Amino acid sequence: MPTLLQKILRVGIATEQLDLAETDVVQVVRQVEAKTRRLLGRSLAIREVDAGSCNGCELEITALTNPLYDSERFGIHFVASPRHADLLLVTGPVTRHMEVALRKTYEATPDPKLVVAVGDCAKTCGVFKGSYAIAGSVDRIVPVDVFVAGCPPEPTDLLRGILTALDRWPKS
Amino acid sequence: MTNMMSYGLEIGQMLLALALAPGLVGLVRWLKARLQNRLGAPPWQPYLELRKWLAKDVVMSTNASWIFQATPYIVFGSTVTVTLLVPLIATPIAFDAVGDLLVVVYLLLLGTFFLALAGLDAGTAFGGMGASREMTIAAIAEPTIALSISGLAIGSGSTNLGQILTTTLTDPAAAISPSHFLAFAALFIVVLAETGRLPIDNPATHLELTMIHEAMILEYSGRYLALIEWASWTKFLLFLSLLANLFVPWGMATLVTLPTLALATAAWIGKLILLASAIALLETRVAKLRLFRVPELLSLSFVLALLAVTSSLVLK
Repeated sequence: MPTLLQKILRVGIATEQLDLAETDVVQVVRQVEAKTRRLLGRSLAIREVDAGSCNGCELEITALTNPLYDSERFGIHFVASPRHADLLLVTGPVTRHMEVALRKTYEATPDPKLVVAVGDCAKTCGVFKGSYAIAGSVDRIVPVDVFVAGCPPEPTDLLRGILTALDRWPKS
Repeated sequence: MTNMMSYGLEIGQMLLALALAPGLVGLVRWLKARLQNRLGAPPWQPYLELRKWLAKDVVMSTNASWIFQATPYIVFGSTVTVTLLVPLIATPIAFDAVGDLLVVVYLLLLGTFFLALAGLDAGTAFGGMGASREMTIAAIAEPTIALSISGLAIGSGSTNLGQILTTTLTDPAAAISPSHFLAFAALFIVVLAETGRLPIDNPATHLELTMIHEAMILEYSGRYLALIEWASWTKFLLFLSLLANLFVPWGMATLVTLPTLALATAAWIGKLILLASAIALLETRVAKLRLFRVPELLSLSFVLALLAVTSSLVLK
């Protein structure tokens, strides 16, 4: 026990400050209503939906909860059920098998809700484009508010996308 | 004490418990985040979550029956009733004669029972799994709560919570008797089980296969979720208050005047913060037990409670 506590004390706070530099990875499709932004701004529950991704994006999404990126400091946390969720984080090209599941997840999420599509595949289907197993990009199945580009996007870019959807990312 | 004042005190203590419960849970989360070298959400984050849930829509399964809709109100209602029965800042309280420790324990079990029913009601696989696990744990944990407090009750000759407190206050030597130590250890373990803390249940988990409390409420949304979570946070505060007040009752107001009440509230909050920190430290330290090992830990706490009762009978 002493060694564990000593290590905790020695490391201190590992969370990094967010880099506020402008990039073009975030594409806002729809402006979220001011009322929704106020409601979800300080407390956001995310349900991650893997609609057929290669799991590259998932690796980066997992990093959001680690001490370095710590999404919880913004009141953003992941939940186990779409009923508890405010935002769906959808990854990958939507496969034909996941099309119904994605649509049902969207319907199971109580209003007001947001959808952030993560990764290049979610927008263009990437290398999977034209495959017989693909139903299409995420915005063809459910309404998307924000796209985050990248293959895969960095955790900072994911935070940037989510906070932009909530209008909490400072505009320069 | 006039009637008006004592009823005012009851209402005040209920409102205080409901108002402080989210903050207490937020404090534990914040402390845990700091112990994980994270910045963490501020301690008032649960209040923001409550506000959000109350403003959100409710989505319900088409298979859900009236049980699903009634459960949040039953769970919240029974918890609010318990906040009226447990002496939090002053003793004696007006409703001492209404319910004793058995009423408190079984009112809380009523909420658990309906939660388990609601978990089954919506017909999802995880709900049923959570319900079965919760019942397994409740079946062993509930008798232990009653038994460990009985250890104190035998010493004071009454199952009335106010009476138990007053006995310890007037006879401080009782607080260091073996039965008190044994009962405290037993109650501490079951409190961890009942409020879904590590090592029995992980409150921060979102892994469906390992969750217990959350598996039952996966189907709830909006204001229903707000009521259930608020009730479970209040239950956490109530159990910590029982631990603090039954075993270390000093600081509680025995007279109803403004200065004594203010002092008692401060002492109570101080004790809660101390216990919350202990739990945050414990949760950082221990790993979750395998589900089949949980009954072993709970049997241990049952044996401790039994020893507490025996020692208070023998040493009387």
